[in-house]
Amino acid sequence: MSTAVLDDRPAPPDAQLLRARLRRPARVAVRILSALGVLWAAATFTFFVQSVLPGDRATLIINQDTGQTIERSAAELAPINERFGFDDSLVTQYGHYLTGLVQGDLGTSYRLKQPVTTIISEQIGPTLLLTFSALALAWIISIALTVATARRGRIASSVASGFEVVTAALPHYWLGVILLVVFAIDLQWFPVEGGTGFVGLVLPALTLAIPLAGFLGQVTREQFERTLDEPFVTSARARGMSDLGVRVKHALRHAVLPAITLSGWALGALFSGAVVVELVFARAGLGQVLVDAASARDIPLVSGVVMLVALVYVIANLIVDALYVVVDPRLGKAA
Amino acid sequence: MSTATPTFSGGAPTPGAVASAAWSRVRTWRPGLVLAGLVLLFFVVAAAVPSLLASGSPTDIDLRGALRAPSLEHLLGTDQNGRDLYTRVVYGARESLLIGLGATALSTSIAVVLGVSAGLAGGIADAIINRFLEVLFSFPVLLLALLFVTVFGASATTQIVAVGIGTAPGYARLIRGQVIAVRDSGYVEAAGALGHSYARIVRRHVLPNAMRPLVVVVTLGVGQAIVWASGLAFLGLGVAPPSPEWGALLDAGKNYVQKAWWLEVMPGLAIVAFALSVTTLGRALQARLEGGTER
Repeated sequence: MSTAVLDDRPAPPDAQLLRARLRRPARVAVRILSALGVLWAAATFTFFVQSVLPGDRATLIINQDTGQTIERSAAELAPINERFGFDDSLVTQYGHYLTGLVQGDLGTSYRLKQPVTTIISEQIGPTLLLTFSALALAWIISIALTVATARRGRIASSVASGFEVVTAALPHYWLGVILLVVFAIDLQWFPVEGGTGFVGLVLPALTLAIPLAGFLGQVTREQFERTLDEPFVTSARARGMSDLGVRVKHALRHAVLPAITLSGWALGALFSGAVVVELVFARAGLGQVLVDAASARDIPLVSGVVMLVALVYVIANLIVDALYVVVDPRLGKAA
Repeated sequence: MSTATPTFSGGAPTPGAVASAAWSRVRTWRPGLVLAGLVLLFFVVAAAVPSLLASGSPTDIDLRGALRAPSLEHLLGTDQNGRDLYTRVVYGARESLLIGLGATALSTSIAVVLGVSAGLAGGIADAIINRFLEVLFSFPVLLLALLFVTVFGASATTQIVAVGIGTAPGYARLIRGQVIAVRDSGYVEAAGALGHSYARIVRRHVLPNAMRPLVVVVTLGVGQAIVWASGLAFLGLGVAPPSPEWGALLDAGKNYVQKAWWLEVMPGLAIVAFALSVTTLGRALQARLEGGTER
């Protein structure tokens, strides 16, 4: 409970205990149903937020297109209302929205007048690449740091945990600018404007990975140090296992469990962090599109991205649940 | 003392031992604590009476002194209009701190209402609220904030509402857990056995004990809220640039990164220094309140 205050990270799910008591097929079914439930609720929430938009939406769209802020005549508004279905009752619109979602239709962008799915699928590649490289990098940094420094004397361990506390608090925009100024502008090791190649990926991925590594590292270290006190660690050492062997084969396996849970949650945060990082490094991707959409008040596009991230979050957590059983076989046998 | 730490199921240590352990922990943090306190004091003074810390005006333009690097004369350098960045950071403290406080106040109010009603009601109401929180949780804070900016247009108020709503689910879950822990504790059971009314038990036992971690949450939350709000502003979706608000400074400096790194790095440093100092103080407070179980 003590560290849970720090961030709005998820508490370990209460439902997990309950699920462990069910048989496996039932457990999987419950899990998938609840994932669908989350998606439905997310869709309802974004729909509700859209519908509270102050003012007339058709007027907003025309004014955004022409850059004016004036009242529009009914004749001007009618085609827009017709096209986006604003004249329908809220219930009908909600029904259209949900059936659209099921068919993979996220609506039409107010500003670009293209299907939201088309816009997203054109731009999402680089953003996903950045997100997943950052996740991998964060894991590598946090595990290396933990295995190398946990319980290795006061200085090593406190320097490392100091690093974790400080980096976990760094905002992406700031870290990104510092890396950009030092390594791209000053030292010129990397290009200033990222591009799409591997070299252009290094600094943005590091920017995203470092704060997450600090965050994951804090959790992993806590669990790691607790595990090193367990009797089975003493017994492994007594059998003559090397220190590194104990750390990697025994302690690490326990220590990564909370980090796996958090990774599912972190994916969404990384994705939205990627938006900021893309702007810092002028990188191609969803970032610029999303920010332009937000300032042009292009609601379908923004809520489309929000729904997509909710989907990623839900899938990631399903994978996390599956991974859990792989890393900790005790959970699979609990039926 | 250690009323509500359900994750630590070991034997209960004696109160004396806990207190002295907590104290030694706080003492080892001391240099950091003092520094954090000084940083916080600086920003609070800047927010209250900025003219005490900076003699010039944040809007004085000196085009011949534009884009000067940090020096003794201009501690943090100057911007494209020759305005002194240090003065602007000092004068921006008030609005930044207000946005942070406003967002935190909003998120904790939502969190208390949702968390307490879920924790006390239990059953179906608890399940529904918990589900709702889980859904909100599936949205990253920044995206949720972006959605609100899209719907209501960019302004300081939207920033407060967006960050406040974005960060509320995490706090609500925390408070719900706390309420449940206290509700199921021995002393509440004892009070029930003594025949105290439900209202009295809630008022006298559950609420005071469940609200204790809120002090820490609010302390840590203000720093976080400022970081989130300035992230929005960095994207050009917050307070607009002529203002010396820290996020607006970031937004304005964005286009000059290659020529004048300080315009981006220095306001960011103010934000990070503030966030780190409240985090340090918040954690020390937490260590004391929870009786030394910190980390």
